[in-house]
Amino acid sequence: MANADCIVIQGSNMAECHPVGFQWVEEAIARGAKVIHVDPRFTRTSAVADKHIPIRAGSDVVLLGALINHVLTRDLWFKEYVIAYTNAATLVNEDFRDTDDLGGLFSGFDTATGTYDPSTWAYARETGGHEDKASASGRAAGDEFGCGGPVLANSRVLRDETLQHPRTVFQILKRHYARYTPEMVRDVCGISLDDFAYLADAITSNSGRERTTCFAYALGWTQHTLGAQFIRTAAILQLLLGNIGRPGSGIMALRGHASIQGSTDIPTLFNLLPGYLPMPAAGMHDTFADYVRAVGSKKQKGFRANSDTYIVSMLKAWWGDAASADNDWAYDYLPRLTGAHGTYQTVTDMLADKVEGYFLIGQNPAIGSANGRQQRMGMSRLKWLVVRDLSLIESATWWKDGPEIASGELRTEDLATEVFFMPAASHVEKAGTFTQTQRLLQWRHKAIDPPGECQSDLAFFFQLGQRIRQKLAGSADERDRPLLDLTWDYPLEEGGDPDPEAVLAEINGYRSGPDGREPLSAYTELRADGSTTAGCWIYTGVYAGGVNQGANRVPNGGPGPAQSQWGWAWPANRRILYNRASAGPDGRPWSEQKKWVWWDEERHRWVGDDVPDFVPDRAPGSRPDRALGGPDALAGDDPFIMQCDGKGWLFAPNGMIDGPLPSHYEPQESPVANALYPQQQNPSRIMFPRTDNLSAPSAGAPGADVYPYVFTTYRLTEHHTAGGMSRWLPYLAELQPEMFCEVSPALAAERGLEPYGWATIISPRTAIEARVLVTDRMTPLVVGGHTVHQIGLPYHWGVGTQAVVTGDAANDLLGVTLDPNVQIQESKVGSCDIRPGRRPQGGELLRLVAEYQARSGVTIVTGNVRITDPDREITDPPPGPDAPGTEGGTP
Amino acid sequence: MTAPESDRLPQPSPDGQGQHDHRRGQHIRRRRRRAGGADGSREMPMVPEAEFTSYYGRPVVKPAPWGDEIAAYLFLGGVAGGSALLAAGGQLTGQEALRRNCRLSALGAVGLGAVALVLDLGRPERFLNMLRTIKLTSPMSVGSWILSAFSAGAGVAAAAEIDRMTGGRLPLGPLRRVLRTVEKPAGLEAAAFAPPLAVYTAVLLADTATPTWNAARDELPFVFVSSASLASAGLAMITTPAEQTAPARRLAVAGVVGDLLATRLMHRRMDPVAAEPLHEGKAGMMMRVSEALAVAGGIGTLLGGRRRGVAAAAGLALVAASALTRFGVFEAGIHSAKDPRYTVEPQQHRLAARRAAGVTDDSITTSR
Amino acid sequence: MGQLAGPTDPAADARWTDRKPRKGFFTDTSICIGCKACEVACKEWNRNPRDGDLELLASSYDNTGALGASTWRHVAFIEQGRSRIQEARETGRALVDLGMPGMGAPEPAGPAPAAPAPARATAPDAPPDTQEFRWLMSSDVCKHCTHAGCLDVCPTGALFRTEYGTVVVQADVCNGCGTCVAGCPFGVVERRSDGTAAPNHKRGERKGEKPEIPNFGVAQKCTLCYDRMLDDQTPACAQTCPTTSIKYGDRAEMVSVARHRVAELHDQGKTEARLYGANDLDGVGGTGSVFLLLDEPEVYGLPPDPRVCTADLPRMYKLAGLAAAGMVTAAALSFLGGRS
Repeated sequence: MANADCIVIQGSNMAECHPVGFQWVEEAIARGAKVIHVDPRFTRTSAVADKHIPIRAGSDVVLLGALINHVLTRDLWFKEYVIAYTNAATLVNEDFRDTDDLGGLFSGFDTATGTYDPSTWAYARETGGHEDKASASGRAAGDEFGCGGPVLANSRVLRDETLQHPRTVFQILKRHYARYTPEMVRDVCGISLDDFAYLADAITSNSGRERTTCFAYALGWTQHTLGAQFIRTAAILQLLLGNIGRPGSGIMALRGHASIQGSTDIPTLFNLLPGYLPMPAAGMHDTFADYVRAVGSKKQKGFRANSDTYIVSMLKAWWGDAASADNDWAYDYLPRLTGAHGTYQTVTDMLADKVEGYFLIGQNPAIGSANGRQQRMGMSRLKWLVVRDLSLIESATWWKDGPEIASGELRTEDLATEVFFMPAASHVEKAGTFTQTQRLLQWRHKAIDPPGECQSDLAFFFQLGQRIRQKLAGSADERDRPLLDLTWDYPLEEGGDPDPEAVLAEINGYRSGPDGREPLSAYTELRADGSTTAGCWIYTGVYAGGVNQGANRVPNGGPGPAQSQWGWAWPANRRILYNRASAGPDGRPWSEQKKWVWWDEERHRWVGDDVPDFVPDRAPGSRPDRALGGPDALAGDDPFIMQCDGKGWLFAPNGMIDGPLPSHYEPQESPVANALYPQQQNPSRIMFPRTDNLSAPSAGAPGADVYPYVFTTYRLTEHHTAGGMSRWLPYLAELQPEMFCEVSPALAAERGLEPYGWATIISPRTAIEARVLVTDRMTPLVVGGHTVHQIGLPYHWGVGTQAVVTGDAANDLLGVTLDPNVQIQESKVGSCDIRPGRRPQGGELLRLVAEYQARSGVTIVTGNVRITDPDREITDPPPGPDAPGTEGGTP
Repeated sequence: MTAPESDRLPQPSPDGQGQHDHRRGQHIRRRRRRAGGADGSREMPMVPEAEFTSYYGRPVVKPAPWGDEIAAYLFLGGVAGGSALLAAGGQLTGQEALRRNCRLSALGAVGLGAVALVLDLGRPERFLNMLRTIKLTSPMSVGSWILSAFSAGAGVAAAAEIDRMTGGRLPLGPLRRVLRTVEKPAGLEAAAFAPPLAVYTAVLLADTATPTWNAARDELPFVFVSSASLASAGLAMITTPAEQTAPARRLAVAGVVGDLLATRLMHRRMDPVAAEPLHEGKAGMMMRVSEALAVAGGIGTLLGGRRRGVAAAAGLALVAASALTRFGVFEAGIHSAKDPRYTVEPQQHRLAARRAAGVTDDSITTSR
Repeated sequence: MGQLAGPTDPAADARWTDRKPRKGFFTDTSICIGCKACEVACKEWNRNPRDGDLELLASSYDNTGALGASTWRHVAFIEQGRSRIQEARETGRALVDLGMPGMGAPEPAGPAPAAPAPARATAPDAPPDTQEFRWLMSSDVCKHCTHAGCLDVCPTGALFRTEYGTVVVQADVCNGCGTCVAGCPFGVVERRSDGTAAPNHKRGERKGEKPEIPNFGVAQKCTLCYDRMLDDQTPACAQTCPTTSIKYGDRAEMVSVARHRVAELHDQGKTEARLYGANDLDGVGGTGSVFLLLDEPEVYGLPPDPRVCTADLPRMYKLAGLAAAGMVTAAALSFLGGRS
């Protein structure tokens, strides 16, 4: 980021939530970069930015779409880059229909299941007809394909390098965003024409050969019913401007915690295996052959074609000798997904008494998850609950001092849930790696021993595994084999805990050679013949040469601009992904100022400041036989080596659940109607129509005025998410001691709110109280003629008795409606009312909430209709027999 | 935050005094008019005249963490000093009653004063650290040594008196002869340290960043010695038969005159804003009553000083006047430290004045 | 008694034979993001108690309030509208026009902390449009004055001048007389009377509970991490500052970095930028902690024209002597008067 000439921070409060990473923004500023902050609130990030542009929460696709339109109509796109490196020239098959044709839907929508059959979005084929149908694989399929998207059988696609053919991606893109104009931005986002012009000019004048613009986003983009599409829109814009794979370019996904990147690389997600390999799904990946074909066929272009080597090495790492060619490397030991098992589906299952036990590891869902009441009520139905945390968080004490006890909905003496609290070691009390936003693995040394019975997660799960295996020892039951055959033999440090470096070494992987096991140094060394192991293929190399590369700490990362000697970045210690794109098709850098890697004619290799992200000796001009598959099929100008066509995807023929191109839909709860399409909300969103999860009426529907204001939730620098790591510490608690809401002077006047007095905020879920910060940092926006007031709510506080500071939890106000691609809840925008004074206590609180619900006339149908206006939205005939399963609590 | 903006927020009132907020209110209105319009956006760009803006009305300097013990000590130290002078006079002029009573007053006052001082320390058990070193830059250090030296003399002199009063019944043994021989020098030694004892507290207060005290630095010593004189004289008039209080009565009148002159001069020469706390509120009231009592006591002394009853009454008035002066000055200073206005405005005035006079190189704020 | 006012080397003044280069901070508020990491790092390292009543202080995001016995770094938050921003720019320009102080052009910036000159600075005479709104953040700290009122008036010698020219309290010597509190023109030092440093892990412990208080009843203030300095370590606040808003080093270098930075901002037309404490001719002989401010000092709660009280001490003593003499004379006369 320090290399950027312009930085747009949108959907993130980087200075507050990522203050350490923000040092690179400050460095860019010191070098003269322009920084623009687009956010509903004027935050500490805005305070040091050149300009703050207030936006209505959830309308980002319109702003970014309008920028795309601006770039296309004014011919400001980076020609050589776009034609050579993106799929702009690729033709899409003739059955594709866009949202403008179908009133806000794409072709292939199935109203019954609320899912798309993406076959009509596919590339047109030389051979004519469609490509082999890549079916939507049910809920949460999108991210299963990681950065690549699913199979495209081979690289024979039709291209029109002139971009004139009406079915080229480029022309489709132009048509799709034609109605995303500055005026539309003004009327939907509440951003003035001048501010839009300023932003557009800043971005375009800082892109091209000599300059690069960088985007940074966080949960302000992801936590929406179309969050994944927000990011896709930015990706399209950055590809058009040539801002991917170059220094100071890209889209920075700012991750919320020290190692949240690590927990998706080696996932805590139900639908992923390490390294973004999909979890096998019943009916789709029944056999090992099915699976390998699905995740990366040999005919497919790029490195994903080697997926078999990744999965086999992982299975070998897990089950060692028990995994052999004869039993498909123990593939059948892996469970098969029967549907979505995200945290919200699990909670509804708890409420349906389908779940007996629950582990909470460093998570405080009673405070941190949307619709906290639903979470706590769900936990109250468990037989047992294990909470591993640093202190007695609310998720461990809701049964005696939670809001439902206060309201009388739960009585401690009636609760059968057995709660176990396991004290956890903090990050300074255990060794291991953090993987941060930049994909950097940094080794953390242990500073002190954990106090008392506190234990590291590694030790906890190791011992848990041992005990379970002891209990199962000698069992003949087939279902116990996976547990009994696990390689569970980690060397112990003194003190009896497993050695974390040994785990890192296992993740890195070995080659079983003549003289024992030797650590691998790159994922390209992985084989599918069982001779290699690797717990997570993208991490292979972190233990190259038997050395813990994550512990590298050369000051300033060494001499080079890539700073490659600080920590280790996956994959292959590469600091910029797809960096082949930092050089032109001819292999020469786009400019001296922005050179990163380039083709060295003498040495016939790619060289440069970073590890080249390309086949090392593939010459720029080379055009391999198109019959080939895998890396061999990559042409000299296919920088996107994980994509099945080697190109950056302006148009996503598949991989996205809810459309090949981002289109604007309003949030689940919105005061305004969708100005672009009859379809109000994302038709593919995942809904939970339940009485404990009611949604407010939208867009002037009857009762919408009962919840007239927009609220958005966020974090403060002083606290850590649900507060488990800050509200218990006096030094942090004193810095932000009380729950508050932020409102504009105009709203304060409208509702008679006293500065620093109390206010009650009511949503269809519940009501909370907060102190009032009246501040010009909150700007009322004029949207489609009428004023939209936004209310800011930090979500760090919770009702309990253990913390130094307590307060009402903002997330209790939120409803649960999910993005279909990644199952994330829409927690950045909701509807509410606000009034002066403290909230009623006990049962009175429930009566207040019920009174509002009655007045607005909300039912479980409100806001949960898939097709807003069937008459105006023509939907296709339902797709073929392989219609995906419809789990996940959809109606 | 500009004052108009901050005005919309409830200002934490450091001293919780109504008049304090009231004053800020007036001040805000003054700004409002100047700024024209709540947001002042239509205001012509101009360098604003030196005026008061603060950080949420919070103090800039901190008030000394001193309680009434210190105010009481200011008074008692003065009484002790003056009494020791009178005692010495009595000693030299052979007025025994005056000598005895004043010696006893001196010891009593200084004793009480010392106790008050110690009690006010954050760590009373460490009071001896006061004599750990001699620091001329620290009036507190210098004062501690003055106090010790004075107490030594006053203590011996008074001990001799007590011995005499108890008819030599104190268990002194051979020490009695010593006591008799050092008694006179001790009385004179105490007298030598008496004026410093009476005056150093003025420097102690003035040598701080507390706006009102520091602004009064030139006149405060004169106020304090005058106050000490009239107080000790007044006490003598109470304790001693009229025939021996003639000197005390003269000293009392001189003290009253000095007190009036010095106080008025002080008011006139101080920065008007920094002087405000001496006129307003609790402190102002104490100062006014003190002046009235001083005048009354002075007149009483002049007219009826020879009559025991009147003398006693007048003496009482003078003692009270002195006490009120000290408590008034003390309170005014503490108050001035709690309200940022008293720190900021006088500093802005003097900075502006220096700049107007062409002195532009000594500001803490610089453009480079 | 050492020099009481004017430019000087305080360590030399304190008769240090083996003195080190004077150390200090440069706090550049123009790049502060108000994360308060300095406050926390300071409390962690110095084991200072939590203070305050765990309530909002009605001052934007500032719930610390002010520097004090247990708070040695304090981040101020100031929300300003257009007119005030305009004023700040004008007062800054007025300063520039005063062309002060006459101390020659800024020296070249020192090595490490100096930010590289901007690649595309706008022309000097092209001030940026005034924003509608701004949010100032500034981390305040003890100034470690060249002439420190607190140190001068301390009777016990508990406050002393280090070989680095900084001012430190010896908690084991201080008897809590409180004179230094009144002696500081910046309201920094304070006598500790409450607070707790205990985290709230133990069951039953509640908000507001106060276990034993370290250094109760004695004066406490920033030591510029004297203990770390002795090991060539950077003070905790500067070490932790993510944006280098807090810089630490030799005071001379800090001043030149500050001059370089303010000139840079002026070149961008940001005339509201000004330095605080970089002038050795000011009332405290210059401060060890130099600041770059974007508005008048009083807006941040800083005194506009501080003057060390002891600068006038000789005169005070003289007048006190005069007054004492007067008292003696009056007493003498009242006795002699009787004789004649």
